Amino acid sequence: MIWLLFFSLFTIWLLVACEKTFPPLPDDAELLDGPVEGLSEAENRRFLAGDVAFNDEVFTATTGLGPLFVSTSCGSCHAGDGKGHPMNALTRFGQWDDTGNQYLHLGGPQLQHRALPGYSPEQLPSGAPFAKLLPPANTGLGFLELVPDADILAMSDPDDLDGDGISGRPNWIALPAYLTARPDAVSQTGRYIGRFGKKAVVYDLLQQSARAYNQDMGIASTYEPFDTYTSHEIDPEVSNQTVQDVVFYLRTLKAPIPRDTDAPDVATGKTLFGQVGCAKCHRPTLRTGPSSIEPLAERDFHPYTDLLLHDMGPELDDGYTEGSATTSEWRTPPLWGLGLSKNSQGGQYYLLHDGRAPNIEAAILLHGGEGSQSRAAYQALDAAQKTRLLSFLESL
Amino acid sequence: MKHISTSGWHKIGLFALLLPAANAASAQNDSTWLRRVPPAATDSVPGKMNMDAVYDRPFLQMGKMPVALGGYVEANTAWFATDGVSEGLSFQLPRLTMFLSSSIARRIRFLTEIEFEEGGREINIEFASLDIQFHPALTLRGGVVMNPIGAFNQNHDGPKWDFISRPVSATQMLPATWSNVGFGLYGKFYTGDWTFGYEAYLSNGFDESIISNPENRTFLPAAKENPERFEESFNGQPLYTGKISVRRQNVGEIGLSYMGGVYNKFQEDGLTLDRKRRLHTFAADFNTVVPHLGTRLLGEWAWVQVDVPETYGQQFGSRQHGGFLDVVQPVLRRKWLGWEKAVFSVVCRLEYVDWNAGTFRETGGDIADDFRAVVPGISFRPTAQTVLRLNYRYEWQRDILGNPPARTAGWQFGVSSYF
Repeated sequence: MIWLLFFSLFTIWLLVACEKTFPPLPDDAELLDGPVEGLSEAENRRFLAGDVAFNDEVFTATTGLGPLFVSTSCGSCHAGDGKGHPMNALTRFGQWDDTGNQYLHLGGPQLQHRALPGYSPEQLPSGAPFAKLLPPANTGLGFLELVPDADILAMSDPDDLDGDGISGRPNWIALPAYLTARPDAVSQTGRYIGRFGKKAVVYDLLQQSARAYNQDMGIASTYEPFDTYTSHEIDPEVSNQTVQDVVFYLRTLKAPIPRDTDAPDVATGKTLFGQVGCAKCHRPTLRTGPSSIEPLAERDFHPYTDLLLHDMGPELDDGYTEGSATTSEWRTPPLWGLGLSKNSQGGQYYLLHDGRAPNIEAAILLHGGEGSQSRAAYQALDAAQKTRLLSFLESL
Repeated sequence: MKHISTSGWHKIGLFALLLPAANAASAQNDSTWLRRVPPAATDSVPGKMNMDAVYDRPFLQMGKMPVALGGYVEANTAWFATDGVSEGLSFQLPRLTMFLSSSIARRIRFLTEIEFEEGGREINIEFASLDIQFHPALTLRGGVVMNPIGAFNQNHDGPKWDFISRPVSATQMLPATWSNVGFGLYGKFYTGDWTFGYEAYLSNGFDESIISNPENRTFLPAAKENPERFEESFNGQPLYTGKISVRRQNVGEIGLSYMGGVYNKFQEDGLTLDRKRRLHTFAADFNTVVPHLGTRLLGEWAWVQVDVPETYGQQFGSRQHGGFLDVVQPVLRRKWLGWEKAVFSVVCRLEYVDWNAGTFRETGGDIADDFRAVVPGISFRPTAQTVLRLNYRYEWQRDILGNPPARTAGWQFGVSSYF
């Protein structure tokens, strides 16, 4: 009887206290993944479909992987939707000026350095210019996609007319046939403003997704139908629906939530960020245009980028470029989510386009060209001020 | 495991299995016709070892028929959450297994084990072998055999274990339950309190899915998805499996085992496709009971080496290792509610698997992709053949980069019994 009583009491306790024995939900501000607030139920379903395709679908030889590839799934390169690790670095090669890629016949612009058993992966052609590129964080991409072209152009100053040493300019790119320009798009000699990718050669998230399926995983789609091994057009290996679900998922990922914003060091660091001139390129606030996804439409957001190309000097000149960018020009990377990068990079920072900077300060000190003035201003700060500025960047 | 996919086969199989059971039911008033055969009574040699597990089961014998029938069922409920997100309470029937054994003639016997998984979603022939004993030290076995790698693969019946979930190292690193068509020899020797056993088999084996699968890691159980392996070898190369074990009476048993072979298709129609790529698995297992305390300890540790092409993704590791340790402490043995030898135990399992041992080529840093779990619980056995289990399970799974682990925890309650 005592045992029955004990068992009954234990069962009651279990039912009441069960959830307290579960691992707690991490603070939303500590995560990069998750949808933007305010999606409808139908949009939640679509987000989940894209989440599964992005994070759970692993391609194999039988489902179309490769035979040459860089990675086997989207999620492999973007753990927790954060920045990538050197293990997943892409190598792009073959172009050194605006005359285009001279190595397309040798597998350019992307090196597929992994291969299914029995196949030989691509080798970097001798003498080809190249750059290694780490996968970026996926966070808040829908907001960036919705910045009107006019706003981007308003931030540009290609001839440095204001004399501040900063001369951001868009990368004007040709659109592939499957893309339609936005209603408010601005074109220049038939080219449009690229806003994704390290060199801003990608127009929107559909192009980014279709290219990644094709060039990263060797998966052909109706958008990018050419096999990266044979260069022949082949049957689609992923459906349009899946690609579009992934695009929707990327578009509706939330923006990072800043942390410790009330901490005095962080607040002071934010002021210093403006004073040393970082905010001239890493623009704190942008605004989206109209969108059918209500939570994304007409919103202020805080990515710390201007989506423009800037000359970063010889320090970051790898001798390789894309589109109309020069070899030392890079699109200003958004800084939001910077402090969470370690949680997706295995516990340590791999910053800048190829992960060469092991911490934030090292990344700052590698800013040359248009970033030289800010770098010098940062170096002139005393130790406490530097700490506060770095605390602010960690809070993003 | 042999996959039978058509509903017609399901019906035929069910009918074949249920026919003797129906006969038994109709004769249940005749106690001389239906009798329970205690475990291992079919073994002609004393000294039970892990290798005897397949016959170390209770069977129902019908009259003087040479056929015996048995089986077990497992039913569970589970409530888990990962990083604070729960899918809620769910109920599961992970497996219903039926055995059919037959003493065909003196020293010739047959046993099959057919498993219905997840409510019948899969039906697998896990074991179907003919044993011809020439001597206690030499028995020929042929058919669908369970490769003797580690201890769990051959000794996996639910009612024998005090934990609801099967060990991850045994079922997801090693591929338990892993059986193949093949032939081999086994036997036992005795001297004083010591028993020595050996097993050696050639069978069909693995395929390239072990490094090309939706798990996105080297995953030996992926080969179980290939139904063709019961019809022909994937590459014409045998899988070698061998085990030696030693038991000392009243002390315990230790086993060492190896399984390996070529896993890839290196040629077809006379054309060379790749070089031969091999995998090797090694395992050590033990079980013992601590004198005086009655604490039962059992565990298994295994190492996996796979020749993964260097040009393939590092996601697919060439080395894995992991294992588990079970501690079962009976705390109460008494007659209760008419059960003569009811046992209440406190239990704990520790698990670890490193899915990808090594370092990154790019950074030299350690590759993570590892798993840990601790599973405290209680079990109650009204009889030796039936167990009620309550487990609390806490897991940590790190991704390949070593980012903060996904933490999963939850409660499981379940019953399992031979019938």
